[in-house]
Order: sequence, then C-alpha cells, then structure tokens
Amino acid sequence: MRLRTLSSPHLHLNHSVGEVMQKLIIALIPGACALVWFFGVGIIINCVIAIMVAMLTEAVCLLLRQRSITTSLSDGSVLVTAMLLGLALPPTSPWWMTAIGTAFAVLFGKHLYGGLGSNPFNPAMLGYVLLLISFPREMTAWLPPRELASVSLTQFDMAKGIFTGDFGFALDAITSATPLDSYRIQSSLELPETEIYQRSEFGRFGGYGWEWVNFGFLFGGLWLIHQRIIGWQIPFSLLGTLAICSLIANVVEPKLYLDVLTHLFSGATMIAAFFIATDPVTASTTVKGRLIYGASIGLLIFIIRTWGGYPDAVAFAVLLLNMAVPMIDHYTQPRVFGSSREIDE
Amino acid sequence: MKRMLWKFHGGLHLPGHKTLSNQTPIQAAPLPDFLVFPLRQHIGETAVPVVKVGDKVLKGQVIAKAKGYVSVPVHASSSGTVVAIEARPVPHPSGMFADCIVMQTDGADQWIDLNPVIDYPTLSQSALRNKLREAGIVGLGGAGFPTFIKVNPGSQLPIETLVINGAECEPYITCDDLLMRERSKGIISGIEILQHLVQAKEVLIAIEDNKPEAIRMMQQAASNNTLIRVVPIPTVYPTGGEKQLIRVLTGKEIPSKKLPADIGVICVNPGTAYAIHRAIHHGEPLISRIVTLTGRALTNPGNLETLIGTPVKDLITSAGGETEQIDRLLMGGPMMGIALNTDNIPVIKTTNCLLAAAPDELSTPSTAQPCIRCGDCARACPADLLPQQLYWFARSEEMQQAESYHLFDCIECGCCEAVCPSQIPLVQYYRFAKSDILEAERERLQADKARLRHEAREARVIRLENEHQAKLAEKKARLAKARTSDDSKKDEIAAAIARVKAKKSNQETEP
Ligand code: SF4
Ligand code: SF4
Repeated sequence: MRLRTLSSPHLHLNHSVGEVMQKLIIALIPGACALVWFFGVGIIINCVIAIMVAMLTEAVCLLLRQRSITTSLSDGSVLVTAMLLGLALPPTSPWWMTAIGTAFAVLFGKHLYGGLGSNPFNPAMLGYVLLLISFPREMTAWLPPRELASVSLTQFDMAKGIFTGDFGFALDAITSATPLDSYRIQSSLELPETEIYQRSEFGRFGGYGWEWVNFGFLFGGLWLIHQRIIGWQIPFSLLGTLAICSLIANVVEPKLYLDVLTHLFSGATMIAAFFIATDPVTASTTVKGRLIYGASIGLLIFIIRTWGGYPDAVAFAVLLLNMAVPMIDHYTQPRVFGSSREIDE
Repeated sequence: MKRMLWKFHGGLHLPGHKTLSNQTPIQAAPLPDFLVFPLRQHIGETAVPVVKVGDKVLKGQVIAKAKGYVSVPVHASSSGTVVAIEARPVPHPSGMFADCIVMQTDGADQWIDLNPVIDYPTLSQSALRNKLREAGIVGLGGAGFPTFIKVNPGSQLPIETLVINGAECEPYITCDDLLMRERSKGIISGIEILQHLVQAKEVLIAIEDNKPEAIRMMQQAASNNTLIRVVPIPTVYPTGGEKQLIRVLTGKEIPSKKLPADIGVICVNPGTAYAIHRAIHHGEPLISRIVTLTGRALTNPGNLETLIGTPVKDLITSAGGETEQIDRLLMGGPMMGIALNTDNIPVIKTTNCLLAAAPDELSTPSTAQPCIRCGDCARACPADLLPQQLYWFARSEEMQQAESYHLFDCIECGCCEAVCPSQIPLVQYYRFAKSDILEAERERLQADKARLRHEAREARVIRLENEHQAKLAEKKARLAKARTSDDSKKDEIAAAIARVKAKKSNQETEP
C-alpha cells in the first residue's frame, strides 16, 4: 500500500491571501459609504471602472505571463488595488482617467515587477501619482460635500459627466477647495485661524464630511487590527507622528499650521494609515522597521501637506518610503534566538 | 511559591486534539508475529548484528552490538527466531530502506536472565552510564540521542538544572501524558538515577498546563524529594522544543550552535527517565515504549505499550484502523511528524505517535501563492528568525545568505508555514537548503581531503625521489670507497707477493 506523503507541518491555521483581501475590502466599506454619501455616485462609478479595468489588465498580464488566471485572480489583491485607487480619485474624474490610472497601476505597478509580492511600490499609489502628474487639473478638482454645494449636481449629471465630460457646469464651478487646501489658501491670506475654522468646509473636528469618511476608515482599520489582518505598528506610528508634528507646529504658530484633529480627520489620513501604508507587499516586514516606516510616512505627510504644493501628500509619502524599505529592513533585523548578534555579515 | 516563568517569541496556539487518545488507560499492544529491528534507530552509528539467520533469541537479548561511540546495542523485544537480516523500509521521510534484523516471535515472550542493579549509588558513574548504554537507552522524545552520552557532559561545566521535558506540545500526542499519569513513581525513580549521574542543583519537571492529571500525579510522586519540582507551563506550541523550554523555565537562551549542557542544563524526556528506571531497577533493556495511536481514521485510538520492532500495520489494526480509510499516516505529530508512504514499517525507539488521519482531518496545502511579505511567519517563529527572508534565499539558492540569516537555527517546527497566508511550503525549502549546504560542505571537505591526499602523495613522491637519490649517492660513495679499498687490497697483495718473491729469491740466493 502506498500512502500520501507530504512534508510537515500537516496543520495550517492560515487565512489565505484571498481571505485577507476579502476582509480588507469589507473593512473599506464604512469609509467608502461615507464618501459616497458626501460626494455622490461618482465614487461608486470610479470603483466599478477601476475594478473592471484592473481585472481585465490582470487577466491579460497573467495570460501573457502564462500563469494560472483563476488562482491569481481569486486572491483578490487586484481588487484591493482597484478599490483603493477608485476611492482616492475625485468623484468627477473622467472615466478614461480612472481606466488609465488603474491599468498603469496593475501593469507597471505590479506585473512588470513580477506580480503579487514582488512589486516594490504600492500599485494604487503609483497609479494615483501618474494621474496627478499627467492630469493635475482633474485630479485636484474635488466636489464639496453635498450640503455645501453651491450648485447642485444631480447624481445623473455626475454619472453623465464622468462618461461624456459634460457635467452641465464648468468643472471649476462645481468643485471647491478641500479643507486641507483651504487652510493653506486662507492662512496665506493671513486670516486669523479662528475665522478659518468658521468656514463651512471645516466640520466638528476635521474637514466637513471628511471627518466622517476618515472616521469610517478608522473604524474599518481597527476592525482589521482586531482580526489580525494588519498589525498595529504602521497605523499607530503613522498617526502618532502626524499628530505629534502637527501638535507642535500648531502650538507654536496656530495661524500658519493646521490643528491636530483636522490633520487626522481630513483628506486621506485614515485610509492611508490603515489601508495604504499597511500593504504588506510594499511595507517593511520587521516590527521595528514597521514603526520606522509608519512614522516616516506620517512625518512626510505632515511636511508635504504643510509646505508642499500638492493637495494631499499620502501618495508621495508612501512611494518615497517604499523606496526606503529594503534599507529599513536590513537595519532592523530582529535578534536571533540565543544570539546577541544581529545578522552575521 | 510559584516559579517565575519566561516567554519565548512567537509560537502558536494549536487545537490540541488530545482527548482523542487520552481517555483510556495504556494498554499492551498484542504480540506481533514478526518483529523488525532497524540496525540504525537513532543518530550515530549503525549497530552490528551479532546473530545469524536461524538463531534462537530471547527477549532482551542483544542482537546487534554498538559500534563506535555514538551508538547503543539493539535488543530483541521478544523471544523467537531470527528469520532474515535484510534491507526493509524504515521510518524516514524519503521512504528509505535500511538493514534490519527480522525475527519471528514464538509466543513464549521469554526473558533472558535479568540483572537489576541492587544499589546503584554504590556503582561508579561511568559504570552506571555503561549500564544505560548496555540497556540501549536513547532519548525517547526527539532524535533519539544516546542517553549515556547526554548525561556525561564531561568536566566542562557543572549541571545546574535537570529538566524533564513533559511538555508534549504537539497536538494529538499523549504518550507522555499517559505515562506520567500512570507510572509517575517509575519516572521519579528514573529521575533520581539521572540526578545521581549529573548532580544537578535542581530538577524541574515541565508539563503543559493542559495536562492537570499528569501534573497532579507527578507532584504526588515527587512530594518527598525536595530537589524535584513540577512546573506547569503555559500551553504554546513549540514550548517542548528544547531551546524554547529552557528559555521558559530559566530565562536563559542557548547560544546558536550550542547545546543545553553548555549553559548547565540537561533535558530528558519522561519516557527516557522511565526506561532508565526499568533498566537499573529491573535490569530490562529498552525493548518497549508507549505509542499514541490517534487520528479519526481509527476506531479505538489510545496509547499502547508497544514492543520496539512491532510493524505499524499490526498496531493500526489493533487500534481498529482500516488502511483504506487512512488518508495520511504520520509518525509523530501533525507539526513535525513524517508522513509514511507505507505501513510496512516498524516502531522504533523514537516513535511516539502514529496519527492515522481521515481525509479531511489534516490540511492539504493548495498551490502556493507568491509571498506577500506580510510578516506573519516572522511573528510566529519561535527561533526569532525571518522565515520569509530565508525562503527568498533558499528559493534563489543564495545559500550563504541563508546561512548568515541563521538557517541552521531553524528547528523545523512548522509555525511559519502553518500561518503563511500564501501557503508556501516554507519548511520544505529550509530542509532543502540545509541538506544542500551540508552536502556542499561534505563535498568541500572531501575536496579538501582529496587535495590533502594529493599533496601528501606529491610530497611522498618527492620524498621517495629524494630518498632514492640519496640512496644512489650513498651507494656511489660506498662503491667509490669500496673501489679505493679494493685498490689498497691489491696493493697489499702485490706487496705481499713481492715480499714472498723477494724472500724466495733470497732463499734461492742463499745456498
Ligand atoms: S520552521 Fe524554522 S523558520 Fe519556521 S517557524 Fe519554525 S524555526 Fe522558525
Ligand atoms: S507568512 Fe508567507 S506570505 Fe507572509 S511573509 Fe511569510 S512567507 Fe511571505
């Protein structure tokens, strides 16, 4: 009689990659719903376009690389990339922009490096930056949260606009500055900060509307930590550093610098902390390394937001730190059991 | 007073599956018709047969003698006739064949004359160690290292702590649990002999806290020995790993590439302690052990006192297993056990468990996906390694890098692989890399040897040549000398002739 021989261990406790990605997507839902609530159906359309293009690109790449399409598509990692990009793009992005960004993310961000696990850069952020550089006008045009809109754009008009480019209004007429932009503009006008916060784009503790979006992502992110899908190190070091930096700056010169809560609850802060920076493939792998990695992203977000020329800083901060990962990993190897040395050189 | 315990990094909380086999008392396995004794049952050298086909042997008789230092004799575990000495499949992951002595039992199960040691403290330590060797005692928990060597740490360091490793952290296995419950007195008496041998300052019996019954029984049995302490430890896999256990108990870490004895600790399995007790107090060599038979493919799982050499097939049958229903047959536990390709294999001294798994009982890894660098493996590794890095190096065959990331500190516990979301067969990669490196090392040594041999030969040739030349020169010199001495002889002769002639002429001239 011959029995099956397999190598030990014969027990596995793992959640599969597919399960990990599934939970990531579930965790995105609260924040995504808030986005849709405040900014309209465009967000959904973005996501759908991104998902379709991503799956198609992935399938073509796998076909060309002669890999099994089903196992790789079923791992769901490409879905996460598509969702992140879809949620990051302005709700009025023309459909072709979303498509280009997504195709670029999957093709150049992932497959040219050898597919899942081998890419040094976060694909979604790579796609985002490409679009930001190529189409700055469209990329920086955010709608105001719906209660604040001066002209009311119907959901139908928005959908039509995405596909035809015709929103019925000029793009500039319907969009407005995001809270992060607004503060920069207003503070350069030397308005006192109390007056700036009175403006309608600011809500209770962050940007109006944005605070709920961030709250949603925070909630989903905490759930992921609880589910042990992501570690606490990156989100906490990222948010902690951002908070500390903005606190110091704000205490020193409140007129020039945004307060802590607005930093934490505006723009892409929470989605970055819990969903983008934590992408295991492109983040540092050691515990110490992850603390450094998260903290550095937090610091960069603060610096770029405060002194840089772009509306939000997450994509650049993440990509810059992606580049530093091999070095961070190298210098943060854990001590091996029973040795005082680190890695033998 | 509660003893302070330490923690090791990583590890897993695994489903225990222990109740499958620990609900019934230890039973004796039926006497099989044939017994098979591999000549090599443990690390070290292969034993040499001292019986021939056709010989009648008794239970406990030596049938193969130790060869070399790291070796112990093999004993017949019942009485009967030797019917073959040939290559048979032996427990090994590769389904290897190796030389075995096969005997047919006669059913009488007749012992040789047993010579218990009456008063062991009167024996010298080396004599006592030799008794352990003659009794064929090896570590019953792990790789089966000969115990007489283990308890002879030499003069280097005094032994601080004798650890009895009753952790039994692998799921499914319960043989030590049952042994500690039922034979605690014997274990303690074995521990006392060990303690006499190593003179440790304290003896710690470590038992995972999922075995309250065993803890209680051992505490009772050890109650009048103040040196011995039973220490319940948290249930975490692999806390029974030697290095991990010592860390938990003492807070000390065994340096990489060192042995417990190097930091004054010796670790022994309770089964081994019990075997020592039988050997010294009853004179019985190690011819049987407790084997856990478990898994959902068996109708009567439990623990069987099994003669060494019993075919696995017989045991499975007596535990109510039908081979057809077995999806996978493991020797050892699910984390580190080896999957046997046949049940036509004997129980050896280190066989602690036979796990006959039903089809859906164990995991069947699906196709591995790429590593997503999630770091789960590093979080689980009890040796504080970076499994994903080791995996990259092993995969790209950068063996030197793998070594510098401490590949050889990997204990192959399987934690990393068990948690890997990409289902990468990590441990297989490590085994492959290790054997590759060792092979290269062997080749290098051999090349070195060959080089040395070559150099030696060159040197010898040169030396011989030189010697030859020297001899030639010497001979020449001798010849030359001989020639000159020949000349002088001739001269002498000539002179003598001349003298004689002169005399003659003188005589002739004298009238
Ligand atoms: S098998 Fe080796 S690398 Fe993996 S967890 Fe165990 S010790 Fe660490
Ligand atoms: S657990 Fe698996 S996927 Fe995650 S880092 Fe380790 S090897 Fe890679």
